[in-house]
This record gives sequence, structure tokens and C-alpha cells, in this order.
Amino acid sequence: MLGLLGRTTRRGFGALAAAAVVAGTMGVGAARAEDTIKVGILHSLSGTMAISETTLKDVMLMLIEEQNKKGGLLGKKLEAVVVDPASNWPLFAEKARELITKDKVAAVFGCWTSVSRKSVLPVFKELNNILFYPVQYEGEESERNVFYTGAAPNQQAIPAVDYLANEEKVERWVLAGTDYVYPRTTNKILEAYLKSRGVKAEDIMINYTPFGHSDWQTIVSDIKKFGSAGKKTAVVSTINGDANVPFYKELANQGIKATDIPVVAFSVGEEELAGIDTKPLLGHLAAWNYFMSIDTPENKAFIDKWHAFTKNPKRVTNDPMEAHYIGFNMWVKAVEKAGTTDPDKVIATLPGIQQANLTGGVSQMLPNHHITKPVFIGEIKDNGQFDVVWKTKDLIPGEAWSKYLEGSKNLVADWVKYNCGNYDTTTNKCLGAAAK
Amino acid sequence: MMRLPLPVPQANVSPSTLRTLFLSFLAVLMAGLVASVPARAQSQPDISGIIAKFGNDSYSDTTDAVAALATSGSPQAAAVVEALAAGNLLYDPATKAVFIRTPSGMVDPATGAIVGSAPANLSPVRANNRVRRALDAAAGALTLLNADPAKRLDAAAAVFKSRDAAALPTVEAAIAKETVPAVKAALAQARAAILIGKADAPEPDRRAAIQLIAARGDQESISLLRSLPANSPPALKAAAEAGITKAEESLKFWAVVQNVWYGLSLGSVLLLAAIGLAITFGVMGVINMAHGEMVMLGAYTTFVVQELIRQKAPYLFDWSLTIALPLAFLFTALVGILIERTVIRFLYGRPLETLLATWGVSLILQQAVRSVFGPTNQEVGAPSWMSGAFQIGQLSITYNRLWIICFALIVFFTLLLVLRRTPLGLYVRAVTQNRRMAAAMGIRTGRIDALTFGLGSGIAGIAGVALSQIDNVSPNLGQGYIIDSFMVVVFGGVGNLWGTLVGAFTLGVANKLLEPFAGAVLGKILLLVFIILFIQKRPRGLFALKGRAVES
Repeated sequence: MLGLLGRTTRRGFGALAAAAVVAGTMGVGAARAEDTIKVGILHSLSGTMAISETTLKDVMLMLIEEQNKKGGLLGKKLEAVVVDPASNWPLFAEKARELITKDKVAAVFGCWTSVSRKSVLPVFKELNNILFYPVQYEGEESERNVFYTGAAPNQQAIPAVDYLANEEKVERWVLAGTDYVYPRTTNKILEAYLKSRGVKAEDIMINYTPFGHSDWQTIVSDIKKFGSAGKKTAVVSTINGDANVPFYKELANQGIKATDIPVVAFSVGEEELAGIDTKPLLGHLAAWNYFMSIDTPENKAFIDKWHAFTKNPKRVTNDPMEAHYIGFNMWVKAVEKAGTTDPDKVIATLPGIQQANLTGGVSQMLPNHHITKPVFIGEIKDNGQFDVVWKTKDLIPGEAWSKYLEGSKNLVADWVKYNCGNYDTTTNKCLGAAAK
Repeated sequence: MMRLPLPVPQANVSPSTLRTLFLSFLAVLMAGLVASVPARAQSQPDISGIIAKFGNDSYSDTTDAVAALATSGSPQAAAVVEALAAGNLLYDPATKAVFIRTPSGMVDPATGAIVGSAPANLSPVRANNRVRRALDAAAGALTLLNADPAKRLDAAAAVFKSRDAAALPTVEAAIAKETVPAVKAALAQARAAILIGKADAPEPDRRAAIQLIAARGDQESISLLRSLPANSPPALKAAAEAGITKAEESLKFWAVVQNVWYGLSLGSVLLLAAIGLAITFGVMGVINMAHGEMVMLGAYTTFVVQELIRQKAPYLFDWSLTIALPLAFLFTALVGILIERTVIRFLYGRPLETLLATWGVSLILQQAVRSVFGPTNQEVGAPSWMSGAFQIGQLSITYNRLWIICFALIVFFTLLLVLRRTPLGLYVRAVTQNRRMAAAMGIRTGRIDALTFGLGSGIAGIAGVALSQIDNVSPNLGQGYIIDSFMVVVFGGVGNLWGTLVGAFTLGVANKLLEPFAGAVLGKILLLVFIILFIQKRPRGLFALKGRAVES
């Protein structure tokens, strides 16, 4: 049943309506296959992750529509192929294969969770296609076929910790996360980083909770207890998605204010705050590379376009949407420069491509397939938006391998110089696929 | 032992209370301004230099200015601090001039005089956490001598937290003047908190302070006693050490009480989620995978009711949950009856097919809600009587959890009454125990099946109303509860409501007692392992049904 609902080439269909038109669109798609360039959109439209990923599908449709208004790409129209992997990790790989082999897409924009990215990696390698991945992630990876437009840990987690230590004088740290690969790796990096800054082991508390955890009473009271040892304490939260709302509600219930124990979150953006009354959250922090409240002409134009496209003036924009904006435009530029959508040529052209981001800077695709980004720390305001309280002076280049982890501090990724994603600088060898 | 009720600052003061407090404060302030301006015009310190710093739009300048204001002795200081906290302190980005926005027009912060013409493009002076902390401390020091006792109590709590040594003379002056015992006690605590960290204070005073703080016996007192400067006399250090040991001892006891309370609270959530399933699965034997979606529909009904109330009749907001309850029951009961009549009745006695069919129904319901309301979380507000917390000893009890426990028990006993004491209950029991016999006695079994399923679904719906207060209202809401619900019903004993009650609270308390040692993830795994072992030993759960009904 669900598989049928997935495939549609137009925007705005409700899932139920989609089933009825599948037959029609398939016919049209086949007839026009030659004069369009197809772009795959691989985001969950149902299941747990639909809450975050549906918006990214919409923003991709908007970007594609806009590009077509400008005359398309290489004289052809772009055509979006939307599939629904339904928050089901193996289905991501299946749908990716379908996009590449059946729909013959030129590139795919998609995935949110790291586990879904890991699930599609072999497909993209085997079929040699391009994936643009728009979400902040744990790093420790660089693949030839993947371009990471979200933040690596050094573009989000490390600056956030620096901010808390320098500005808020935090000495005691709670690293709270959902129990899966992104929080575990990020916390491992942060723990190593904090220790390198001289923080003692007893001043770090690490806590993991299951996906969708809703009963935070014990953990919040533990945090409260941990925070009353006489040293300034902060929570670094890699808590994912749905579990955040009950977490913040419990913080408010137990009377923990941001002035007592600030929480800096890496997975809470404007979209997530849309479902909460943010008054009790005033002053809690988030670290991102983009905030909707940042006042630049580019951002204003983008927000206006988004409101016009969704026909809803209340829809918010967020960081992964900007990542898709940057990634899509970089791909367009690379295709124009290469004169073809052939993946090998586009992959070779992408490093070095520059694209203005929405916050006033110019991001560049690096040889390690990550991009340069500014880092902002925002405090939650009572209207669900963020007030930027700190930002980096320059754009920070994304690092695929953390220099704070034992296993990766000697590794670099450079697809231009070494044609390698995990080049060991001490032995001057490419570890290749064997290491990962 | 009675502990001094020092107010724990709560985030959940209702907006209306805040507003009244603020307005009354403003009124007091205005009156004070009018009275004080002519009298003190000559002796007033000039704060215009401090005020100018607010125009720089820099957090460190703002923080400095707030701290400077607190010690400036200017009668205007309180007004400026209050205005900044409320976002009413504005500045002109072009000229850096600073103004206070009041209902009667723009006011010059330095003099308190109303400004005739203010520039148009004013933006509020921004605050971050550092500024807010400075504000809290300054407001505490500045309002210690306020006319309103509630305000003074807040001020004492703020000073207690900031431990700002600069506030000590004001605190001592306030203690001397104070007449309200509760406020006086809070002020004494604030003074003690300052003295502990003040190495140059007389030793007997500091010893008394340590004793006063140690008598609190809470987490706060431990952290205060630990902050005793290292160069303090050994006698003081020993006294502080003793205080810490005593407080830690008492906290150990309260930690267990707290975990049991959290367990009861989790148990009540489990009970609410499972109680509807105890009917559809426990009594009727339908493996109802769409049960969680009934809870979700109930939560969405609450959302819709609240949206309507917000638009049409905001004054009814505190009643929104009460209004949503019957509507959620009716709506989900109808959906339940519809599902029973169109799907489940064809599948009685075929558990595997029922499982698959109801699983499909649950996916359809989820996607339908996603299509109608969108995939994002919806905001369901908390009525004022469900916000906030109160303190018993070292245990802080939040009102929403307390209400949910009460509500779960009310729903449970009402349901028990319905099944035991009403004709419907009699028919339900008759049909589920011996369908053919019941039919022979003239009971329309098909109708009873539909009504029973409707009842179970309706109860899941009202559980959704309560759960909307503590969880996300999103299409995935139900999925989080379905496993737990089955766990409770199977553990408690299929077909026995009391089993569901005992099972829910046992699992809740066991989970919360395990969590501090094992962590949330491992705790849950241990619990599942325990249930598996338990079911091996007692396949029919805690309270097994006896008699012929079991065999059929």
C-alpha cells in the first residue's frame, strides 16, 4: 500500500490523492524523459521522520520550480521525482536504487538521520550517483558520491561548547542525547574536546535516552542535582526530534531556567519550536549555521518565496532548508560549468564552487565534500524564533574527521589532491573502503 | 521538621498573574516616581552615563550598566531594570538615545520625565542569559524594600541566588524593617548565603549563616556550603562539612521518595494508555494495533477544541480540557465503532488477521491526520491550573503530573463502575464470557461488540486529552504508547481491569527505580526481560481469570 503512495512527480499531492494519479504521472514521465533533467528527492513523507523531512521535500520543489522559471538547466527543464522512504532505513536504499536505475535522476537530495545516509551509501557508490545531504551530522565520513551541506561537528558542536565555556563560564557539562549514532559520536568528540580543555571526568555527565523518550522526570531531576554542585552547569543536547518537546516541558515544570542551567541544542530549530509554547524556554540556546531571524536581503527574499510557495505566511524556515538551498545551487552551478549532468564530471567540478548563503557570506564546496559555513548561537525568544547572541567572524570549513578523536586525528579527506576520503597523513596512505 | 518555605522560582507562573504583578508593580512605581521626583531632584545621582551604555547594543555593556544601576542609588534604577526585563527599554540605533516605553508615552530613563517627541525607529535593548542573570540580581537588590510583600519575597529569593555581596547592606536594612515572618526568614537566608562566601565577615556571623543554610538540608544548601572559600577558618569548614553530610543523608531518603513519585506518575500514564486496551484487547480479545491512534485522535480533538476556543472564546481557555473530554470520548468512540463495524467484526476469532488489519487501520489513521494537520507537532497549551509545582519536603510535585494521576484513577474507577453496575456492563461481560449463551438470552451480541469497542476506543480518546499535556501532539503520538499498553495489559492479566491498574503502577515504579542505576535505555530493556520471564512463569499475568471463561 505505502509503496504505491510514494511515487509522484508533481508537488502538493496529499498522500491519499497520490495513489489515484500514480498511473497518470508514470505515463507522462516516460514520454518526457528525454527533454528534462530529473532530480531525486529522497525524504520521508510518512513515519517518525516526516515531521522534519516533509519540509525539505517542499523546499526542494520550490527551488526546482524557481530554477525552471529561470529557464531550467542546460536548456532543459528540471523535473522533481519525489519518493517516500517512510522513515524506514532499508527502504531508503531501495528507494535510492529506484530513483537512480528506474527514474535515471541526475542527482539526489535527501536523507535526514545518519542511519538513513549510511543505508543509501552503498547504493550511491555502486550506481555512481550524487547525494546532497543537508543535515548536521557526526562527521567521521567523507564519500566520493556524497556532498555534505549540513554542519560537521567542528561547525556546530565545538563552537557551541566554546561559547558556553567562554561567555557563560560553564565548568560542568551534561551531554544528553538520543541513543543512536549521531549523538554518540558527537558526544565522544565533545568529551575528548572538553577533556583537552582541562575539564575533569567528574564534571561531565553523559546520558542517553531511547528515541521518542517522553518521561523526563528522572533525568531532568538528575540534571538539576548535577547542576547544583556549585559550578556553572550547562546541558549540551543532541536529543532528537520528538523527544525534545517533553524534555523542555519537564525543564519548565521543574523550574529550571536558562539563567540557571542553559541548554544548547543541536537538533532544535524553528520547525521543532513550532509545536511548543516557548515562553518557559526563553534563553535556552541552539547552535546552527542559519537562523530564520537573521536579517539579510537574501534571507528575506528566501522567506518571502517560501511563504508564497507554501501559501502559508506562518511557515518557518530552518537550517537544513538553507543547506538544501546552498547544495542545490552549487549543483546547478557545477552542472552548468561541466556542461553535463554526468555524475563523474559533476563530482570533479563541485569542489571550489561558491554559492552565497542566506546569512551574508559565500560558502564554498571544499575538496573533502563539506562546505564552509558561519556558526551562530541563538537564544530562544518568546515568539519561537532565535536571537543571535554570538557568531563566528569567518566561515568555518567543515572537517570530515575530528582531530579530537584517537582514531581519526591523522585522517584527512581530499578528493581533489588524493582522490581519497580517509587519507592517513602519518603513513601517507589512503585507507580506502577498508577503514570504514 | 518544617522547612522554611523559601520560594523556589517557578517558570510556570501563569501569564495573568505575571501581568497583574507587573501592572501593580508599575502602579506602585509610578506613584513612587511622582512622589520622589520633586523631593529628590537635587540629591539624585546622575545616571545618564550608565544609561547611555544601553544604547551600544552590546551585551557586556548592558550587563555592566545593569550592575552599575543596582548600586547607583538612583530612584530611577528600579524602573530602568524592570523596563529592560520586560522589553520596554528601547534605544535609537542612529543616535543611541535610550527610552522607556510606558502606557503614558516614552520616558527618559535618566530623569523619569515624559519625553515629548521620541524617534520612530526604536528597537528594544536585547538581553541574553548573562544580562538576564544580572537583571535578576539587580532587581532583587532594588526591590528588597518594595511595599509589596510578594515582591520582597521574590527579591529575597533573587538575592539568595545571586549571592551578590554588594546587596548585603540593603539585605540587612530590609531584615531590620521587615514585619512579615515568611519574608524575614527568606531575607535571613539570603543574608546567610552572602555571608558564607564573604571571607571578611565576622566569624560568628558566618558560623550562624552556615548553620542556617545547613538546616535547609536541600541540594541548594549543599552547593552553597561547598562554595565556602578555601581560606576559611577550619572550624567553619568543619561546620560546613557536617552540614553537607547531613543534607546528603536526608537527600538520599528524598531521592527514593522522588523516584517512587515519578514511578507513580509514569504508572498513571501507562494506566491511561492501557485502560482502553484493557477493554478492546483484555475483555474482547481483539489485538488492536490501532489503539495508539485512538489516543492520538483524542489528543488532536483537544488541539482542535483549543484552537476554536482561542479564536472564538479565549476566556474559556482554562476549561478547554474539560470541554475536550466528552468530545474526544464521543469522537474516538464513533471512530472505534466504525472500525469495528467495517473491519474487525469480520475477523473475530482470527487474531493474526485482526493484528494485520488493525495495523493497517493505524497506518491509515496516522497518514490521514498527517494529511489534514501536517506532519509537525501541534501546540496544545496547558490551562493555568495544570501549570507550576509545589514542594513537599525536598520533593517537588508538578500539578500536571498530579492531575494526570488523579484523572487516571477517576477514569479507571468510572470504567469499573460501568462494567460492574450498568446494564451495558452486564451485557458486555455476558457476551465476552459466553457469546452463544448471551445471544440465546436475547442480547444483540453484534451491537454489544460495537459498543464495547466504542467504549474502549472512547477511553483511549480521553487518555489522549490527558497525554496531550505531557507529550507531543503529532501523528506519531500513538506509536509510542502501543507497546507499553500491551505490556501493561499482558503483565496485569488479560481480562482483568484490576490487573491493568496494578500492572501499570508496578511497571511505572519499577522503571523509575531502575532508571537512576541502569539509565533510561538499559532500564527499559531490563524491565522487558523481567516481563518475559514473568510471563514464562505466569502466562496469564498477575491477575489470571479463573473459571470456564478462560478455556473458551
